[in-house]
Amino acid sequence: MEAALQTNVHTCYHCGDSCVDELIIADDKAFCCSGCKTVYELLEENNLCNYYNLEENPGITGKKPVSEARFAYLDDAGVEAQLISFKDDNICKITFYAPQMHCSSCIWLLENLFKLNPGISESTVNFLRKEVSLTYFHQKTNLREVVTLLARIGYEPEITLADTDGKKTSKPNRAIIYKLGIAGFCFGNVMLLAFPDYLAITGGLQRTFGSFFGYLSFLLAIPVFVYSARGFFTSALEGIKQRMVNIDLPIATGLLALFLVSIYQVTTGTGPGYFDSFTGLVFFMLIGKYFQQKTYDTLSFDRDYTSYFPVSVTVLKENSEEEAVAVRNLKVGDRIRIRNQELIPADAILLRGQAMIDYSFVSGESEPVEKVMGEVIYAGGRQVGESIELEVVKEVSQGYLTQLWNDSVFSKNEEQSVGTYANVAGKWFIIVTLIVAAGALIYWVPRDMDMAMKAFISVLIIACPCALSLATPFVHGHTLRIFGKNKFYLKNTAVVETLAKIDTVVFDKTGTLTEPSAAELTYKGKALTAAQEQSIKSVLSHSTHPLSQRIFLSLKGETTEILNFQEFTGKGLIGEVNGSIVRVGSASYIGVNVDAVKDTLKTTVYVSINGVILGYYTFYNVYRQGLKDILKELNDKKLAVLSGDNNHEEARLKELLGTSAELNFNQSPVQKLEYIQQLKNQHHQVMMVGDGLNDAGALRQSDAGIALTNSITNFSPSCDAILDATAFNKLSKFLKFSKTTMRIILATFAVSLVYNVIGLTLAVQGLFSPIVSAILMPISSLSVIVFATISVNIAAKRAGL
Amino acid sequence: MYIIFLMIAISVTVAAAFLGAFLWAVRSGQYDDDYTPAVRMLFDNEIPAKNRKKPKE
Repeated sequence: MEAALQTNVHTCYHCGDSCVDELIIADDKAFCCSGCKTVYELLEENNLCNYYNLEENPGITGKKPVSEARFAYLDDAGVEAQLISFKDDNICKITFYAPQMHCSSCIWLLENLFKLNPGISESTVNFLRKEVSLTYFHQKTNLREVVTLLARIGYEPEITLADTDGKKTSKPNRAIIYKLGIAGFCFGNVMLLAFPDYLAITGGLQRTFGSFFGYLSFLLAIPVFVYSARGFFTSALEGIKQRMVNIDLPIATGLLALFLVSIYQVTTGTGPGYFDSFTGLVFFMLIGKYFQQKTYDTLSFDRDYTSYFPVSVTVLKENSEEEAVAVRNLKVGDRIRIRNQELIPADAILLRGQAMIDYSFVSGESEPVEKVMGEVIYAGGRQVGESIELEVVKEVSQGYLTQLWNDSVFSKNEEQSVGTYANVAGKWFIIVTLIVAAGALIYWVPRDMDMAMKAFISVLIIACPCALSLATPFVHGHTLRIFGKNKFYLKNTAVVETLAKIDTVVFDKTGTLTEPSAAELTYKGKALTAAQEQSIKSVLSHSTHPLSQRIFLSLKGETTEILNFQEFTGKGLIGEVNGSIVRVGSASYIGVNVDAVKDTLKTTVYVSINGVILGYYTFYNVYRQGLKDILKELNDKKLAVLSGDNNHEEARLKELLGTSAELNFNQSPVQKLEYIQQLKNQHHQVMMVGDGLNDAGALRQSDAGIALTNSITNFSPSCDAILDATAFNKLSKFLKFSKTTMRIILATFAVSLVYNVIGLTLAVQGLFSPIVSAILMPISSLSVIVFATISVNIAAKRAGL
Repeated sequence: MYIIFLMIAISVTVAAAFLGAFLWAVRSGQYDDDYTPAVRMLFDNEIPAKNRKKPKE
């Protein structure tokens, strides 16, 4: 009985995944896949099982073993030279970014690499940056072996193009530590000099040395004003330039007032000034900033959508074989094939084919530009029409693609993000703060000059709407991280807020609701000769439409050259092969009388050569697993389907989506776009889920466009998020969770409001000195950060993400 | 009492020396990673693996 129970709950000894698909028992331990087992055996052989004592299930799943041949490029001396940071007769030093590292076991294993490969002399981990620095003897081992070893134990280093570009990754940002150090130094000394002021008994001392102390404090405060506090002033200035009131404005005003008043007092001999408060203020606020930056740094590492970028491209080998190669491994001189609607990943020269390049991702201009052979086509363009062959002339930069994805042309969120809670609330908050501060000043000046200064500055500092400014990015940042973990990659944090407001979900059908790779395919009609199959296959090879790809895979034979390829989105393809015109597409496109087709329960693709209709391919649509449950969970929202296909599946979709859903068939891309626009005009908040290629317009038009992707060749800057097809069943959870996070933000605002009401009340009465406010302020910020982090994580656990 | 001028000069100089040391430490990278060393120092002594199997025949 016990044994039976145990077999049900086996978790992998190595990675901790539940062993659902496979269960391998070795050494009395359960493993979820042979990958995990191999790693375990490797470690066991080398006496490295301590790995498992430090943390439970520390490993990384080995479920997707990838061919190690892809590291072949590391044998190239040129690549090696660009990657390594130091080399002499004996040793090489290199630093890898290994994003998989996640616990102390990882540190331990990675620092014991020398036991696995004697050629490695030393390895050091920087856990926060997820970097491992290695020293190896290049006579005993080589770069490729080292990388292969890392990949084998589950820590495949991410060798990005930024590394091979020769530019070393930017040095860690130490400016804040310098600023902090200088501010701390000056603060300590100014405090010392201000000491006589604090004690009334030293009045004599103050009279003798007052002006000396004052000037010395002034001297010490200058570096703080010029260097340490610069960030606050520049940020406030930038805000003013853009006619925006930002949170640094009250702080900068307070600091400036404090500094100027102090100078006035010291130079006229009317008082000791407030240099101690000034330097202390900057010091404590920088501490707050330092912690904030550290938290941001850890967040940014987890936002790993870049691994999702087009990440493979078809490379033509010398024997004209095609091979999918990761974009980042693309080298200068490679010949690549770009099909209709695919993105050009690197600057390249056109070798063959008619290139019509749509640069709308780069410039926003959507009219395709014609390019002739020999011309350079820049990265970021999208080919429209037949497939083309190019030769890469410049290596790809993933950074460039990120930039493209974040390009302002596609940030339709601009107006929305201005209207976010934090910005609206924050703006008013700051204005109120400034008014309160001015009020305190006006009230106190005739009564007590000293008190006036104290109250004015304290109000400005204590009221810093840190919670408002921090809560949103932190909650959103954590949400992004949690989504990323679940293979849902958002473009930016503003998307979370958009998702929370969604009340209408529109699906594309083919490739989104259905799973093209699983569709069953049959052919009916005249038998095709080998030559005909070959022609059809050649035409299909130029299209990235899921159905084309599916038929393409089912056909045998080699592809040949074709002429005058054209793709009519939502209709079909045409191309000329060996003098005959091949057309593939829907019934109406080919010219079949639709009414005559009896069997309407499936998707059909017709084929004709030279105008003779040969037959048709039939797809029995296979809907995505768990689709019914997802749609049920989304039932509080308005659902709609936009399909480029005919209405043969209407009954089934009705059953799946419920009767209230709107189903639209035979939609062209423009119609899809118009439909979204129409929904928006009715004040619906629309989310569109599509496959990112022929839906680009609709995705961009919707409030939140989500590109669902099976493969990694799809890349659409016009979407707001990429969703891995395997995570599709979590869609409603994602939406619910984004709503929860909005509530968390509101709760955080409430916490900060309590702080501020209490703080301001005391500050107006002059009961705080600025320095106390300066200490309380970072504490309140930190508590807000902690509150946001904890509550998001708890909420995520509850939501099952 | 004028010794105070000297004392302050000395104290500020000493503090400046500490500041210099701090800046040097930052520049040399000691502040780049404030997490791993804390974990690493716990690894020094190899724990004999409890559940290690005898070599298979």
